Amino acid sequence: MSTEDQIEDINALEQKFQARIDAEQKIEPKDWMPDAYRKNLIRQISQHAHSEVIGMQPEGNWITRAPSLRRKAVLLAKVQDEAGHGLYLYSATETLGISRAELIAALQDGSAKYASIFNYPTQTWGDVGAIGWLVDGAAICNQVSLQRTSYGPYARGMIRICKEESFHQRQGYQIMIELAHGTPEQKQMAQDSLNRFYWPSLMMFGPHDSESAHSARSMQWKIKRETNDDLRQKFIDQTVPQIEYLGLEHPDKDLKWNEERGHYDSGEIDWEEFQNVINGNGHCNRQRIQHHVKAHEEGAWVRDAQNAYDQKRRARKASTAA
Amino acid sequence: MSLEHLELFEVFVRSARGLDHKHAGSLHAADHEQALEYARDCYTRRSEGVSIWVVKSRDICASQEDDSDSFFDPSDDKPYRHATYFPLPKEVGNM
Ligand SMILES: [Fe+2]
Ligand SMILES: [Fe+2]
Repeated sequence: MSTEDQIEDINALEQKFQARIDAEQKIEPKDWMPDAYRKNLIRQISQHAHSEVIGMQPEGNWITRAPSLRRKAVLLAKVQDEAGHGLYLYSATETLGISRAELIAALQDGSAKYASIFNYPTQTWGDVGAIGWLVDGAAICNQVSLQRTSYGPYARGMIRICKEESFHQRQGYQIMIELAHGTPEQKQMAQDSLNRFYWPSLMMFGPHDSESAHSARSMQWKIKRETNDDLRQKFIDQTVPQIEYLGLEHPDKDLKWNEERGHYDSGEIDWEEFQNVINGNGHCNRQRIQHHVKAHEEGAWVRDAQNAYDQKRRARKASTAA
Repeated sequence: MSLEHLELFEVFVRSARGLDHKHAGSLHAADHEQALEYARDCYTRRSEGVSIWVVKSRDICASQEDDSDSFFDPSDDKPYRHATYFPLPKEVGNM
């Protein structure tokens, strides 16, 4: 076949692929897909998986110090869910033809990213409340939208994850209610956590649409179904009455209802901070990866034991068969 | 040892008696027993199921999406398999 024929072939395949997406059909692992679509998905889904896994660290930090046994049980269940979310998403990524070991290596050597929000430290119990309420809340906005993403395994993973997420947000908000309606010191703790986590939560939606490198094509391929700014707006709007109910001060001094738009106008995000944290200079970037590497290495004996057991069993099976 | 030495399993969960097992996802495990235990931990934390099947992914034989047209073609030219092929007189009502 001549190169010209090949190019024509690819064009035809690409047209068929886009037609399927335009018709709201899902793309499944064995379907033909453009290389860039595959790469884009591997980047996005694995980044999402890494976020679930690294996200266990800031909250795990408080499991032993939760203020009551009930709180400890709830937090433990939540963190366990996040491990499960990581698994669903790694499995979805693997359907694109990349191995788990490659994905983990990319996380550990820094070539793959995870949500920068997890590079902020959890300094107080209030932070555990703020994370569940705001960080999981922002994640839910994004994930609800991704239930309609064009790649089948990703969409199905999202549906499963969304079913589990609302408990995460509610348990966090309940912590905030108790603090905000408690003693003045507790209320101050809630306010402080809100102040520190509000803006980073808004950054979770990524850069403005006008600045986003991947946005346009991701929308055309329906990997993303709503833009960063639209999702962020949704989150800003829904959070206002929640802050009001807590009786806390809104961290955004420029927040104003815009009658014409039917949305809140808000102040500008500190994008320099965003870039800094993304580029590895947040409070906890190094610590998060170091901890992941350490846990991975310390778990080697489990994998070795599993391997030894497996070999033994195989040998036993072979000898009884003989 | 890396995960790649572990077998890949597909997990199917029956959510209630009387319903079909439905594909829930996949996971790595050393053997069937371990896959069942992992599947319980991963896919049934909120009583999503009353029964789990695990199947080695490589044991699944799947039809090819690409030639699905010809593969499924033989049944498409038999419209009389569908009830709607047979119009009913209005007077008869439902059947
Ligand atoms: Fe999650
Ligand atoms: Fe969550």
